[in-house]
Amino acid sequence: MYAFDFEKPKTVAEAVSALAREDAMALGGGQTLIPSLKQRLAAPSALVSLTGIAEMRGVCTGDDGALCIGGATPHAVVAAEAAGKYPALAALAGNIGDPAVRNRGTIGGSLANNDPAADYPAAVLASGATIVTNTRRIAADDFFEGLFTTALEPGEIIVEVRFPIPARAAYAKFQQPASRFALTGVFVAKTAGGVRVAVTGASENGVFRWSEAEKALSASFSADAIAGLSVPADGMVGDLHGTPAYRANLVKVMTQRAVSAA
Amino acid sequence: MTKVTMTVNGRAVSGEVEGRTLLSTFLREGLGLTGTHVGCDTSQCGACVVHVDGKAVKSCTVFASDVAGAAVTTIEGMANPDGSLGRVQQAFQDHHGLQCGFCTPGMVMSAAALLAENPKPSEADVRHYLEGNICRCTGYHNIVKAVLAASGQDVSGVAAE
Ligand SMILES: Cc1cc2nc3c(=O)[nH]c(=O)nc-3n(C[C@H](O)[C@H](O)[C@H](O)COP(=O)(O)OP(=O)(O)OC[C@H]3O[C@@H](n4cnc5c(N)ncnc54)[C@H](O)[C@@H]3O)c2cc1C
Ligand code: FES
Ligand code: FES
Repeated sequence: MYAFDFEKPKTVAEAVSALAREDAMALGGGQTLIPSLKQRLAAPSALVSLTGIAEMRGVCTGDDGALCIGGATPHAVVAAEAAGKYPALAALAGNIGDPAVRNRGTIGGSLANNDPAADYPAAVLASGATIVTNTRRIAADDFFEGLFTTALEPGEIIVEVRFPIPARAAYAKFQQPASRFALTGVFVAKTAGGVRVAVTGASENGVFRWSEAEKALSASFSADAIAGLSVPADGMVGDLHGTPAYRANLVKVMTQRAVSAA
Repeated sequence: MTKVTMTVNGRAVSGEVEGRTLLSTFLREGLGLTGTHVGCDTSQCGACVVHVDGKAVKSCTVFASDVAGAAVTTIEGMANPDGSLGRVQQAFQDHHGLQCGFCTPGMVMSAAALLAENPKPSEADVRHYLEGNICRCTGYHNIVKAVLAASGQDVSGVAAE
C-alpha cells in the first residue's frame, strides 16, 4: 500500500469537507477497498473512514413507512435488524460473503462499488429504492451505470438507502462457491405498481431489470408465467465458472425460484 | 505516525501507527501477539480473525486506526486465566480439529464468535458460519465436531466421514 493520511470524522459534514481534499477517498468497511489498496490499484492522499459517523449507522423506519438503512451500516446489522420489516432484504444481507465480511462491509460501500456480481444492487433496483447522498436523492433506476460505475460524483457520500416495502419479495442467489459472490442472483419484488425483477452477476453491464419477466409476472405472479420466456446469451458474462448461455439460463431459473419463494 | 490506543485481551495498549498499518500488523509487529496468523492477506482465508468489540473481523482487512478505542480479543486472550486451554481451544485438541495449526487461531476466534451468537448451533450452522475460514489440512469434519463439542452438545454420533 502507498502511504495515506487516515481520518475518522464524526459527522457527514466533516466527512464531506475531508473528502474535498485532492485524491481523498471514502472508506466504508474496507472489504473491497483495502485489498485493492494492497494491490496498489489506488493511491489516495487520505482515507476518510465513514464508520464513526453515528447518523450513517443503523436501520430505522421512515415517516412514509420505508425502511431506512444508514450508508455505513454493516451487512450483519441489516441481516439482524431488517428481518422483521423486510425479510427478503435481511436474508440477502445475511448471505453476503462470510460473518467477518458482514461485520465490516457496508451497504454504502457495496453500492458505491457496484461490483457486477454484488448482491445489494439487485435488491436496490428491484425494490425501487432511493439512494440518499449528502447532496441529493437518486432513484435506483438512475444510480447504476454499468460495471463498477454509478451516478455518484467524486466526493459524494451515500448517507442512507430508503427501501419501500413490497407486498412480496425474495432473492434467489446461485452462489459461486469459492468467492461466495453471485454467479447469478435475482431479486423479485411485487408492489402495488407491478412486479420488478433485477438480475446481478449475469450481465457484462452489471445489474439490470428483466422487463419481459416483469410484464409477465405483473399479469400473473407465478413461476409458470415466465416458463415460455428466454434470455438471450448476448452480453452475458462468460468465464471459467459458466458460459454466457449458462448464465442466461440461470437468469430464468433463479427468477422462477425467487417467485416461488416470495 | 499517529498514536492509537485500544484494549487488547483486556489490557490497555497503545502504539505509533501509520494510516496504512493493518490491525494484523499492529497486533503481530507492534504488540508481539503473533498468535494471529496472516495467511492470504487478501481477506479470503480467515486465519487472521480476531474479535473487535465482540464481533469477528479479518484483522488483515481493517486499519488499526479505524478500531482505535475498541476492545480487541485475539487467540492469546482465549486461554483460561490459569493459562490452560479455553473451552473452544480444548475442544479442538480433544477432537483433532487441527493438523498444522495455521488456520486454527482464526477458526477458534470464528467458532467463539458463533457460540456467543448461537450457543447451540446445528452442524449446518457451524459449516455456514465457518465459510470464511479456510483449512488446507483437516477436511473440516473434525473442526465442525470440535465446535459442536465446545457448545456442550453430544458429538459421539458425528463421524469424521
Ligand atoms: C471474502 C469476501 C467475500 C465477499 N462476498 C460478497 C458477496 O457474496 N456478495 C457481495 O455483494 N459482496 C461480497 N463481498 C464484498 C463486500 O460486500 C464488501 O463489503 C462491499 O462490496 C464493499 O463494502 P465496504 O463497506 O467494505 O466498502 P469499501 O471497501 O470500504 O469501499 C468500496 C468503495 O466504495 C466507496 N465507499 C464506501 N462507502 C461509501 C459511501 N457510504 N458512500 C460513497 N462511497 C463509498 C469507497 O470509496 C470505495 O471506492 C465480499 C468481500 C470479501 C472480502
Ligand atoms: S490473512 Fe486475513 S483473511 Fe487471510
Ligand atoms: S490445520 Fe493446517 S490449515 Fe487448518
